[in-house]
Amino acid sequence: MDFVKPTIEYSQLWPMLVVYGVACAGVVIEAFVPRALRFGVQTVLAALGLVVALGGTIWVGSNLDELGGGVARGAIDVEGTIVVDGPTVFLWGIILVFAIGGVLLFAERRLEGGVSAFAGQAAALPGTEAERLASTRGLEHTEVYPLMMFAVGGMMLFPAANDLLTLFVALEVLSLPLYLLCGLARRRRLLSQEAALKYFLLGAFSSAFFAYGVALVYGFAGSMGFAEINEAVRNDTDNGVLLLIGLGMVSVGLLFKVGAAPFHSWTPDVYQGAPTPVTAFMAAGTKIAAFGAMLRLYYVAFGSDRWSWQPMLWVIAILTMVVGAVLAVVQTDMKRLLAYSSVAHTGFLLTGVLGVQQASELSDGQVTSLQAVLFYLATYGFAIIGAFAVVTLVRDSGGEATTFARWQGLGRRSPLVAGLFAFFLLSMAGIPLTAGFVGKWAVFTVALSAGAWPVVIAAIVCSIIAVFFYVRVIVLMFFVDGDAADGELAVVTRPSLLTSGTILVGVAATLVLGIVPGPVLDLAANAGQFVR
Amino acid sequence: MSDFPWLTVLWAVPFVGAVVTAFVPRTRGELLPKQVGLAVSVLTLAVGVAIAVQYDAGTGMQMTETHDWISAFGVHYALGVDGLGLLLILLTVALVPVVFVASWHEADGRDPASFFAWALALEAFALVVFAATDVFLFYVVFEATLIPAYFLIGRFGREGRAFAALKFLMYQLGGGLVLLAAVIGLYVVSAQAGSPSYLLSDLQNVDMSQTWERWLFVGFMIAFAVKAPLFPLHTWLADTTEKATPGTSVLLVCILDKIGTFGMLRFCLGLFPEASQWATPVVVTLALISIVYGALMAIGQDDILRLIGLTSLSHFGFITLGIFALTTQGGSGSILYMVNHGVGTAALFLIAGFLIRRKGTSLISEITGVESRAPVLAGLFLVAGLATLGLPGLSQFVSEIMVMIAAFDYHWWVGAVSVTGTVLAAVYVLWLYQRTMTGPPTPGDAVMTDLNRRELVAVVPLVAALVLFGFYPMPLLNAANPTVESLLHHVGVSDDDPMVPVNAEEGAH
Repeated sequence: MDFVKPTIEYSQLWPMLVVYGVACAGVVIEAFVPRALRFGVQTVLAALGLVVALGGTIWVGSNLDELGGGVARGAIDVEGTIVVDGPTVFLWGIILVFAIGGVLLFAERRLEGGVSAFAGQAAALPGTEAERLASTRGLEHTEVYPLMMFAVGGMMLFPAANDLLTLFVALEVLSLPLYLLCGLARRRRLLSQEAALKYFLLGAFSSAFFAYGVALVYGFAGSMGFAEINEAVRNDTDNGVLLLIGLGMVSVGLLFKVGAAPFHSWTPDVYQGAPTPVTAFMAAGTKIAAFGAMLRLYYVAFGSDRWSWQPMLWVIAILTMVVGAVLAVVQTDMKRLLAYSSVAHTGFLLTGVLGVQQASELSDGQVTSLQAVLFYLATYGFAIIGAFAVVTLVRDSGGEATTFARWQGLGRRSPLVAGLFAFFLLSMAGIPLTAGFVGKWAVFTVALSAGAWPVVIAAIVCSIIAVFFYVRVIVLMFFVDGDAADGELAVVTRPSLLTSGTILVGVAATLVLGIVPGPVLDLAANAGQFVR
Repeated sequence: MSDFPWLTVLWAVPFVGAVVTAFVPRTRGELLPKQVGLAVSVLTLAVGVAIAVQYDAGTGMQMTETHDWISAFGVHYALGVDGLGLLLILLTVALVPVVFVASWHEADGRDPASFFAWALALEAFALVVFAATDVFLFYVVFEATLIPAYFLIGRFGREGRAFAALKFLMYQLGGGLVLLAAVIGLYVVSAQAGSPSYLLSDLQNVDMSQTWERWLFVGFMIAFAVKAPLFPLHTWLADTTEKATPGTSVLLVCILDKIGTFGMLRFCLGLFPEASQWATPVVVTLALISIVYGALMAIGQDDILRLIGLTSLSHFGFITLGIFALTTQGGSGSILYMVNHGVGTAALFLIAGFLIRRKGTSLISEITGVESRAPVLAGLFLVAGLATLGLPGLSQFVSEIMVMIAAFDYHWWVGAVSVTGTVLAAVYVLWLYQRTMTGPPTPGDAVMTDLNRRELVAVVPLVAALVLFGFYPMPLLNAANPTVESLLHHVGVSDDDPMVPVNAEEGAH
């Protein structure tokens, strides 16, 4: 048997390889660099690696080959397992931007009085002497940086995967580090560990669904590759049941990752329990990566079978929006509120995903579904990462104060921070002149032009509900006088430049994308279609 | 100077002014930001007057500016004025300085800088609304007006204002999101027809199917009915005017709510002519209910500010009725009505505010005999009230009679019901006057003073305008008529020919 050496297009893949390289280097550093130096080395290395990867992504993006007369740009690499095309590069770009934001939040040490937000020694049981010792010695886990870099690598591979096996590998590479990161909170450690365990168990369960679905689809198509699956879907009329069950199970895995109902139940617990910097990074990054993968899987592999999955997505999108919006109304904890609102946003994003149409059905210059979802992901990422970054600042003597009672009258005590938080909320609510409005407009438009008017109506109704709970927070901050009788009130701790820089970039991006969204929309349009 | 972007300057002046006012150092005391705010609003008034002077009655959209904004969505930054827009722009720029003078001490001790800044921001957005000729731009600023309005209600006003502000915002955003669905629908329609564009001029030429047109009309109409407000979407109105300061109420009811009726004319009639005719019976019925219901509710109120708020419900019923009667008298009468209602209601709100400030209560049952202590206040209140009830010789009469003629033209019973609105208006205005102003003064009123010079400066121009436009409404009509004629031509209706006596024999049986 001949063994053919695979060709690997390093020139296009190197941004991703840089991230993995930095991750591996980070592990080595943990082993060999003295403890005192690790924090500095790890932080600088991770940030540098991400910046280089971002630069590389831009370089790769500007050198993509045009295909089909400019309809798509990019190429299929590594023997058909990875596609580096316009959408991939766009997603890489925004994942890396938010990962840089994540590193900055991870590295923040001023808020906790000189230590990071992560447990001093994760192996020490909560409440034991070992924990106290770790705390007094000022230990901290710098492993979080390599873990995060592995997660970023998985996030980059996820939307680029062009066969089911690579997709599965990427899913695991992205998930496993996140499970760990979720359990590393310095304060409220039991809550954090519970969150990690929940996330891990449910995640493992959904991975099993995914893997079984992959097997069934393989059984149907006889191949793992998206193009071959598409071919099989077109030609093969037998075994439709196998395909449908397989498609459903693969969807379960992906919908779990994006936090769509009815697979959303992990979201509030994990978002609340995880250290807030991790929540911020995860909320933005995972969603982007998983939606990228979902788009490619549905549009490329199952694109010809649109009529099988579109109705399913209709139901799930409506359900997700309703569950997210309605349950958010009754929350009394800021992180849980943001978690449920992120569930609602998943629904809005699904509204965009199901709005796919044939290119021939669209008129010249009309917004495409892919463009809309990519833009929405960018706007959502900036708002959510900024909002969680603000949450890290609002503290009382027990650390972050996330219950509503603590936030009363924050707008009077710290008008600037409360104003920025209100701005992020307004963007998530989709108020004009913020980025969220343009994103919402785009996804609703593509859904409506694909004829999904019931989904759009549901989305409008849910938006109204969503406005209510966002505004309730604004009322709480600005119009309720803080009453000390309810307990201690939270105050804003002055952060270092790392956190404040992240917040300011988030605000600036949210404002700019709201007023002049043209360039980014054009960038998303320029990404073209998926390369098949 | 024809290329000078007058309309951009018009909104940029108050917008920049709002930012400047907000960031005047607080250490400089409370007076400076107020002076800056007033100066900016007067400057805006000057720009508005300059635009009016250059305006040439009768030739469509003028002083247009068109630039690409978001080309991916077919969105333009496009401004222009016609007669309708011009009148509302003038109303806006004239009322804001008046409100500032009248509310000079309203926010003292509660961060007056932010009151003036939010009000200027509101003015800036409202001016873009009235000048926008791109539906997307219109939508953006339509929603954007809510943020300053929300903070004006929520931060300045009486006990319970936070809830009133929330109710206001939820209603308005709810209507706004329905409008969003319709705006998105417009995009889809225009994309299917070729290339997507949001310019009014492009959209008017798009052929849309009857179903689409009607659904989109319903979406637009719901949003405007919340805004205007129209029965049964009006319940935010009375709560808001009760809790907000009178100055805020003027900005909301006299300027912001006009966006609703403005939108009906510009967008409902302008973009969906067939659907507008189709919906006429329903809208006219709702307008009639608003007229009568609003007036009846007003009669039953014990809170002056609530009462004035509810009279507006009745008046907006008249305006909507005039619009959807689809005749030139009705249309011109409505536009005139918008201006007159703005001036008259502003006078009522502000004088009521002066009164409440003196008495410390807004309950009608606790106020009597103001006439003897503050004759000027009572007299001006009476004039404004008489204008509201449509006394001939005061401005509202002209517009009301035009709308009623149109209503009778539409159907006799519509006219008949609308007339009862005037009768009921006489009841609530005169009864209010009789209960609060006449009779023996309450003990402890001895210290009550009459209107001071600042308060007179605020309301005398309004009352003078009421009298002036009552006798000489031609400038307003000259501006309004061409707009209405071209609009109704677009809708495809023409006024019925006058009845000629020769036909009398054929008609009789």
